[in-house]
Amino acid sequence: MKKLAALALCATMCFAGAMSVSAEDVVKIGVFEPASGDNGAGGKQETLGIQYANSVAPTVEIGGTEYTVQLEIVDNESSSEKAPTAAADLAGRGVSIVLGTYGSDAAMAASDTFAQAGVPVLGVTCTNPQVTEGNTHYFRICFLDPFQGTVLANFAADQFGAKKAYVLTKLGNDYSGGLGYYFTEAFEALGGEVISDQFPEGNADFTSYITTAVNEGADVIFAPTSTEAAQLIIDTAASQGVTVPLLAGDTWDSNVILNAAEGKDVQIYVTTFYQEGGNEEFDNGIKEWINADDTNLANNGGDDTVAAVTAMGYDAYFTALEALKNAGSTDPAAVNEALWDTTYTGVTGEIAFESENGDAIRDTAYVKQANTETVAWDFVAEQGVN
Amino acid sequence: MDFINKNLPYLLAGISVGGQYALIAIGYTMVYGILRLINFAHGDIFMVAALVTVYATTTMPLYVSIPLTLIVTVVLGLAVERVAYKPLRNAPRMSVMISAIGVSYLLQNLALYVTGGLAQTYPAIPFISDTIQIGSATTKMVTVVTPILTIILVFALMQLINHTKIGMGMRAAANDFETSRLMGIKVDNVISMTFLIGSLLAAIGSVLYFTNYASVVPTSGAMPGLKAFVAAVFGGIGSIPGAVIGAFIIGICENIIKGLGWTTFSDAFTFALLIVILIVKPTGLFGEGATDKV
Repeated sequence: MKKLAALALCATMCFAGAMSVSAEDVVKIGVFEPASGDNGAGGKQETLGIQYANSVAPTVEIGGTEYTVQLEIVDNESSSEKAPTAAADLAGRGVSIVLGTYGSDAAMAASDTFAQAGVPVLGVTCTNPQVTEGNTHYFRICFLDPFQGTVLANFAADQFGAKKAYVLTKLGNDYSGGLGYYFTEAFEALGGEVISDQFPEGNADFTSYITTAVNEGADVIFAPTSTEAAQLIIDTAASQGVTVPLLAGDTWDSNVILNAAEGKDVQIYVTTFYQEGGNEEFDNGIKEWINADDTNLANNGGDDTVAAVTAMGYDAYFTALEALKNAGSTDPAAVNEALWDTTYTGVTGEIAFESENGDAIRDTAYVKQANTETVAWDFVAEQGVN
Repeated sequence: MDFINKNLPYLLAGISVGGQYALIAIGYTMVYGILRLINFAHGDIFMVAALVTVYATTTMPLYVSIPLTLIVTVVLGLAVERVAYKPLRNAPRMSVMISAIGVSYLLQNLALYVTGGLAQTYPAIPFISDTIQIGSATTKMVTVVTPILTIILVFALMQLINHTKIGMGMRAAANDFETSRLMGIKVDNVISMTFLIGSLLAAIGSVLYFTNYASVVPTSGAMPGLKAFVAAVFGGIGSIPGAVIGAFIIGICENIIKGLGWTTFSDAFTFALLIVILIVKPTGLFGEGATDKV
């Protein structure tokens, strides 16, 4: 009797499983983002943008049929070791396209896994050139580090007349090292001098690094690091009475940084993809959506500041929908083919891909300063490369 | 003078972090001294203490939340001993070690679950997080408080060990576990006391450490724990003064190395130092002589 019951249960479950698939047409979009580890905070904000976009447009018409979009979310733990496993998990769930990831390290580590599975990936904020270089399945909608590094070097030289920069990067991190390298190259080309240091994984003591920067008489400190390290760097800089500006790349554009800098006497400048207030409708919509749900609020760091990565996540989702429409099918190979010619006008600007590596064509970045009193970002300049 | 001005901040950072390593290292060395067990979960208990403070301060004032942190940490330390180590007292030493590693990962993953993987900002504690000026260096009050507090606590601990009944019990148990049991010493109480002291010092260390480095993630305990363990081995595991001196040496050397511009090698140096010491003097700086127990 027991065996019979178990058998019946199995049969019902199989049947129910089969039913749920045939009941409606579903297209799966993979979300390959970190929810823990170094980039957990940023990854969660990026995922929020994707989830919000999904709540705005839950369905898409592909080849004349209305499909429901189902997000398949995995956590790559900000780690190059865990990323391939998470990627394989996504590929196994039959996704048509994958969005992500925050953090170029994990993107590069998982790239081959996606290539073997034949799934196209749309990078949201992975800025290292090597992510898309020499492959045809990894695309991205953000600007690249050589561009960002040059923008920051120009900004340091133009705005502060900086002659000497202290560059602090994380040892063995592709994003951090890459951006530091491009900044150094551009800054030296402008006639400046660079002192560089690296800190190892798990380091919490930045006192010595900041002391070195002060001792060497640096005019700016450039620290392209994860937000985790950033909190500590800001805290150390403030407690040591550092007066020179701190510069950083897109990762620092987060309310984690704002909260760390609150009430402290520090100057922080970042380059980023989107400035809050750039699109009223999107800002208001997402704030309302974030505030409506405690989990979302916690994932956004406890308040409703719109991070640039959230806006990028939002745009990535709609770009993916465009690609699905253009492909006219949910077959990953067809989507991959269609991505090359996909264009979309998002809240962060025009998105189109160049035909060699599938990088977005972008020529401006926003520079923002952390306001330590209002705990918000103040817009400083829109900077291009001269 | 210029030389001192330039290098003072490195030295101060070294002394401060050394004191914090020392408070953790005592926990390792005492437990090892008595149980011959390397308590791998100790660094994670240190991390949990920080998380308790983070969450407690959101609802309670500091004068409640810090004592609460100390109490919760001590209870956790005792609970770990009761649940994960005591049942294995007569098991092979390796089993207890594996159990300790298990507890370590359990605590890390619980912290990951509770925090949701996001870094928690440690609250600023008045007085010790105030900024002060020492010579040319600007730093936090905690930098000065740490070494002083560490020395006071170590002194008090030495008094406890050398001049009280429970201290005598600890020395006896460290010397010969079985014989002290036969002599009527309640070894279980002695062990509990050891874990109590170790956890208490780790909790105090966490308040000092995270006031300086105000971000807590589930793996925050791993690196300080490892360095403190190295300090304990360096000083001669089982010896309290050895652990403290070892911790200060490691803290200061590490920061001087960074000051010299070899930042990349600061961790490599710490562990290279360990290897060299063990080759030259296998029992550490103040380690007990030949022992037939290990």
